[in-house]
Amino acid sequence: MTTIYERRRSPASGLSRRELLKRGTVGAALVITGSAVISPDRAWGVETTALKPDTMATLIKLARDIYPHDTIPDRFYAIAVKGHDTKAGQDPAHKELIEVGIADLDARAGAGGYRGLGWEDDRVAILREIETTPFFQAVRGDLVVSFYNQKDLWPHFGYEGESFSKGGYINRGFDDIEWL
Amino acid sequence: MAAPYRLDDDSVVVIIGSGAGGGTLGNELAQKGIDVVILEAGARIEHEDFINDEWDSFAQLAWLDHRTTGGGWRVGKDFPNLPAWIVKAVGGTTTHWAGASLRIQEHEFKALTNYGKVEGANLLDWPITLADLEPYYAKAEDKMGVTRTNGIEGLPGNNNFKILKAGADKLGYKECHTGRMAINSADRDDRMSCQQTGFCFQGCKWGAKWSTLYTEIPKGEATGRLEVRPNAHVVKIEHDADGKVTNVVYADKDGKLQSQKARIVCVACNSIESPRLLLNSESARFPDGLANSSGQVGKNYMRHTTGSVYAVFEKPVHFYRGTTMAGIIQDEAGHDPSRGFVGGYEMETLALGVPFMAAFLDPGGWGRSFASAMDGYANTAGLWIVGEDMPQEQNAVKLHATLKDQHGMRIPDVWFTDHPNDIAMRNHAYKQGQALYEAVGAIRSFPTPPYPSTHNLGTNRMSEKAQDGVVNKWGQTHDIKNLFVSDGSQFTTGAAENPTLTIVSLAIRQADYIAEQMNAGSI
Ligand SMILES: Cc1cc2nc3c(=O)[nH]c(=O)nc-3n(C[C@H](O)[C@H](O)[C@H](O)COP(=O)(O)OP(=O)(O)OC[C@H]3O[C@@H](n4cnc5c(N)ncnc54)[C@H](O)[C@@H]3O)c2cc1C
Ligand code: SF4
Repeated sequence: MTTIYERRRSPASGLSRRELLKRGTVGAALVITGSAVISPDRAWGVETTALKPDTMATLIKLARDIYPHDTIPDRFYAIAVKGHDTKAGQDPAHKELIEVGIADLDARAGAGGYRGLGWEDDRVAILREIETTPFFQAVRGDLVVSFYNQKDLWPHFGYEGESFSKGGYINRGFDDIEWL
Repeated sequence: MAAPYRLDDDSVVVIIGSGAGGGTLGNELAQKGIDVVILEAGARIEHEDFINDEWDSFAQLAWLDHRTTGGGWRVGKDFPNLPAWIVKAVGGTTTHWAGASLRIQEHEFKALTNYGKVEGANLLDWPITLADLEPYYAKAEDKMGVTRTNGIEGLPGNNNFKILKAGADKLGYKECHTGRMAINSADRDDRMSCQQTGFCFQGCKWGAKWSTLYTEIPKGEATGRLEVRPNAHVVKIEHDADGKVTNVVYADKDGKLQSQKARIVCVACNSIESPRLLLNSESARFPDGLANSSGQVGKNYMRHTTGSVYAVFEKPVHFYRGTTMAGIIQDEAGHDPSRGFVGGYEMETLALGVPFMAAFLDPGGWGRSFASAMDGYANTAGLWIVGEDMPQEQNAVKLHATLKDQHGMRIPDVWFTDHPNDIAMRNHAYKQGQALYEAVGAIRSFPTPPYPSTHNLGTNRMSEKAQDGVVNKWGQTHDIKNLFVSDGSQFTTGAAENPTLTIVSLAIRQADYIAEQMNAGSI
């Protein structure tokens, strides 16, 4: 299992509150240390076991570029892609697919690598070139479930999930539309 | 109580599959005092155990055995191993279904006569008419508690329906209402009324929606004449020297092969597994598979011309609340070739949760266009198109040349390519659906491609002449007297309507015929 560590207390140590506010938590650069990817505010981290932490950081960025929701924090993208690390630990072919795929993205991006490209449009242009590759298909195909199937994200979309235990919607607004 | 029958009891009618066709037929025969064994590949999961969660429910109920696809359809590219969305459990796909229950129209039973020859299509008239089926439709509607029949009130409309209705009014459509649904609008038949839970596709935890799982099957069992044997996956039907079927071989829950003797065998495995089973039952005498002298077993695979239109509005809709299929527009269901295609289509509301919306809105789609569509989820309304598709001989369920399943049987390879008529109809429906939503203020709308097939039809079709199809007008195979087909694979053509009411009606009618023939001693 690839774990995501979450800090209970915030603001996190290491960065001052001012610095944190300045950087924000969404879209700010991820920190790579040893075998982990850590969020800029140190609120969470992913410890990798099979993939390089750099690869994991790029996967997180890639995931956001595939399904860009600007107000959803990186943590959810990290949760969505961490399965690739777990799978890479069990299946060398998968590890190869991901490492080579990410290295290819970096090579196409030039000097600063994929994460170094400042504009989403520039990164997306690269993704359009590789969208039919098994690497991209594997990442996107997995992500569409592992990202959107996170219950904690459903409130963002205004989806209420399970409803049986609440008695359905018969008394909870199934026909409450008023603006028509 | 449920009657257990011995494996060597050769007096029983064996039905394979416990869904709309098999479950209904089993109960009908048991009510007449006939001994029945239903063999069902899936487990028995009672409705209390259904899960209000799209992917978890899918894992619980869906048929996930290996399948492959071919042909030009987009499903084959987006979901190469999931040609169809079908259930493997007691109750079959009636656990997942939405409940829309419509009669096939008179002219649709005579598709060849009324549409004329359509190039590339294998059209044929049904060997039965609406008049033949009407008494059975009436029985089925009563049995299933279909709203707007038998004095049963319609369901209340949810938000998704209200938008559909407002748009229909703007476009001048006249036939728009909350549907004919096999969902209780009030307590009936010892089942409660719909609580507008919104998880009809995940199995109704209240039991408000008709499913053979908690209606036909327990009723049949109560007669003491019906045994439902779950986790019994039939792999082969065998016959004697006279060419009469004698027994079926199935893998039990441990994968061990068992053989159940039978007086009569009825195949009701849905339109992919039914022809597959007949083809896999090939023998020295029937080298092309059972009941296949016409060569039509597996051919003419139909899946309805489908598609969806989703639209995003400025304000919230919460379309996932309430019945999944909450209303219908029938104005386009007639045959009016001036639209550029033969046959017609229905428009029915549809809602998906976030997980399925992401998977099906634009399979393979990504980037800002996709993500912003998902961001509009709470403000989204949606409808599903279901129209008549053309039977084509090359659209077929075939046996895979090399791949085999866990029981060593060749897996189904499902081929489909749209006919130009299907494409013209879908494009017309997309245009109407988008116009409808724009008329009530949609900001953006999405013509969404078909999902894996939920309506699977035609692969053992009914025909007057033995050379044109697999079964006669009773669902009895032309070649083998004591072998029947009892599911949607009998459909000669697809018609525009959701198929289950017709499957159930045919099963009730078939039960009468089987009982008659048994009494007469002819089978
Ligand atoms: C999401 C969804 C929504 C739908 N909504 C509607 C709707 O609103 N209206 C409508 O009319 N229709 C609807 N349908 C379609 C409807 O469910 C089917 O038309 C109907 O259930 C088909 O009946 P059947 O008897 O042919 O097959 P099924 O109900 O699929 O039953 C077949 C059974 O056979 C079993 N089986 C298969 N092979 C074997 C084997 N070898 N051995 C033993 N058992 C086997 C299966 O496990 C299954 O239980 C919907 C379907 C889906 C998926
Ligand atoms: S909406 Fe009604 S029919 Fe559908 S699952 Fe809920 S209670 Fe059952």
